[in-house]
Amino acid sequence: MTVLVDHETRVVVQGITGHQGMVHSRQMREFGTQVVAGVTPGKGGTDVDGVPVFDSVREAVARSQANASCIFVPAPFAKDALIEAVDAGIRLATVVTEHIPFHDMLVMYHYARAKGTRIIGPNCPGIAAPGKAKVGIIPNMVFRPGRVGVISRSGTLTYEIVNGIKERGLGQSTCIGLGGDPVVGTTFLDALPLFDQDPETDLIVMVGEIGGTAEEDAAEYIERHFSKPVVAYIAGRSAPPGKRMGHAGAIITRGRGTAETKVAALEKAGARVARFPYEIPGLVQEAAARLVRR
Amino acid sequence: MVKLAEWRGKDVFRKYGVPLPRGAVARSAEEAESLTRSGAVPLPCVVKAQVLSGGRGKGGLVRFANSPEEARSAAASILGLTFKDEKVKEVLLEEKLPINRELYVSLTLDRALRLPILITSPHGGVEIESVPDSEIDRQPVDPFPGLTAYERRRAAKSLGLEGGPAKSLDGLLVGLWNAFQREDAELVEINPLAVVGDRLVALDAKVTIEDDASFRHPDYAEIRDDRTPLEEIAREKEIAFVQLDGNIGVIANGAGLTMATLDVLKELGGSPGVFLDLGGTDDPKKVAEAFLLMAQAKPAAVFLNIFGGVTKCDTVARGLVEAMSQVAPADRFPLVARIRGNNEVEGTTILRAAGVTAVPDLKESAQAAVEAARRAR
Repeated sequence: MTVLVDHETRVVVQGITGHQGMVHSRQMREFGTQVVAGVTPGKGGTDVDGVPVFDSVREAVARSQANASCIFVPAPFAKDALIEAVDAGIRLATVVTEHIPFHDMLVMYHYARAKGTRIIGPNCPGIAAPGKAKVGIIPNMVFRPGRVGVISRSGTLTYEIVNGIKERGLGQSTCIGLGGDPVVGTTFLDALPLFDQDPETDLIVMVGEIGGTAEEDAAEYIERHFSKPVVAYIAGRSAPPGKRMGHAGAIITRGRGTAETKVAALEKAGARVARFPYEIPGLVQEAAARLVRR
Repeated sequence: MVKLAEWRGKDVFRKYGVPLPRGAVARSAEEAESLTRSGAVPLPCVVKAQVLSGGRGKGGLVRFANSPEEARSAAASILGLTFKDEKVKEVLLEEKLPINRELYVSLTLDRALRLPILITSPHGGVEIESVPDSEIDRQPVDPFPGLTAYERRRAAKSLGLEGGPAKSLDGLLVGLWNAFQREDAELVEINPLAVVGDRLVALDAKVTIEDDASFRHPDYAEIRDDRTPLEEIAREKEIAFVQLDGNIGVIANGAGLTMATLDVLKELGGSPGVFLDLGGTDDPKKVAEAFLLMAQAKPAAVFLNIFGGVTKCDTVARGLVEAMSQVAPADRFPLVARIRGNNEVEGTTILRAAGVTAVPDLKESAQAAVEAARRAR
């Protein structure tokens, strides 16, 4: 196992008969992923490009030994789909679906955690390890196997940055798109230790955004525990003061959560912080070169 | 996010048994007079402008009345005023109560903990940010058991309540928790929560509802009447539309890429105006819709930054060229496009053939957009 996915990963796609489910099942397979089953209630017994479709996750797991799920189910039904996956013994679930109410996500996260399932997302591009497996929707073309780990809160910006790293002749070990919702199953803080322990990752790129304090919390961890070089970027430096959850939200964050506080915290932790996305590949190259020299 | 006016927030509270002063909404001075004359609102009463911004008291938007005539003139002096860009269309009239103490109570989400959090302070009636941390109690609440009895007792203690008021708080918190969960609220806040003799009364109500839960609460969607027509169209098409002060229109896909694009434009001396975020999609149909929507906003120049992941760039480029032909020549504007990803070379070629400035490098293309806007001015 590298970071969460590898050659043993067997994916069931929940919502496989929808447009997104179909397109991305195909792309996951082209990436080299074992997509072993699909689930759409009421469509059991059919298939999508030869992948058998089942009525329930339990049947899919029993028949195909799936151990990871990629969820494309529409927001009103996503909570149920995730709980079904957890109950069927799935241990890694990427939730691609966007617009899931955070009250639903709170239940999903705490239920999954209690039962030992890791959620990536929601509203996220998922996870991919080039040459191994992909559970999600990150375009295949941006990847190339290598030793750079990527953790990001963004979607397309991640593709852009991963692609930039590839264009410099470097590759990625594992890339995780955490999703930008207020409540996510995996945060920077959750993902960092996995990359620290991963022998296939030499350095990491962290792509953050304004809002919340996940980057500040990650910076604290990096300063104390993280042993590998970190290149970071925070999107939204020019954004006008964003929406916040009223006064109660302000007293939870207490002046943190802006681009300035995030950049300052990461720099203090020893990360190289890019001012613009196009600076990242260069900083990664420099960090990689320093590692070789050591 | 739907922010509810005080009276709507109080309607929510009423539904969940949170105790409120007796009161009613008036939309005219005459109505204010008749509500007090009939006894529907007991006198003396307070007359409060129904606006979403804070600072109403200091802004003179809260008045007191001892008679129906005074209620009428108070309402007349407030209705129609403009407060922080918002016109006062309604006033809430409520009985004036003998207040012993003012407290603070709210429920919201703590993103870092991934838990709801109950926030209480014995210092109500002031901005909670100005209260020292040591005077604020924060109680994370697990959604599975919900807000438990022991947590409610702890809240009473933190507020210094005993006896009748403590009992009143217990029921109030059950109602507040149910409102928070069942209405899919991001925030339910009572500031001030008044101690009136032996009971508690919510003097104010701040309730915001999450947009993503609108499939469960269609009624809240109708409340939002603060959107411009363009914003309304964008919402229907699920495109994030934000109006800034500048003159460069920005179309990008994904929140992160959109923000990064704005960062770069600003750094290069540009001034982003309307921006449209298509979300994670590179669906050519949606790109074209966004382009036509942007045309209606009449920007000096437009910068389009799309990463084509699933769709191919040439498909996106063709859709864009097709959309361009639908804009009347008089309404056209300089377009700088950067389309990266699958088949980017073909996409760029198609755009250039159609007269679009297409540059693959982010910095160079942003520079070109800034220049185009400068020339157009």
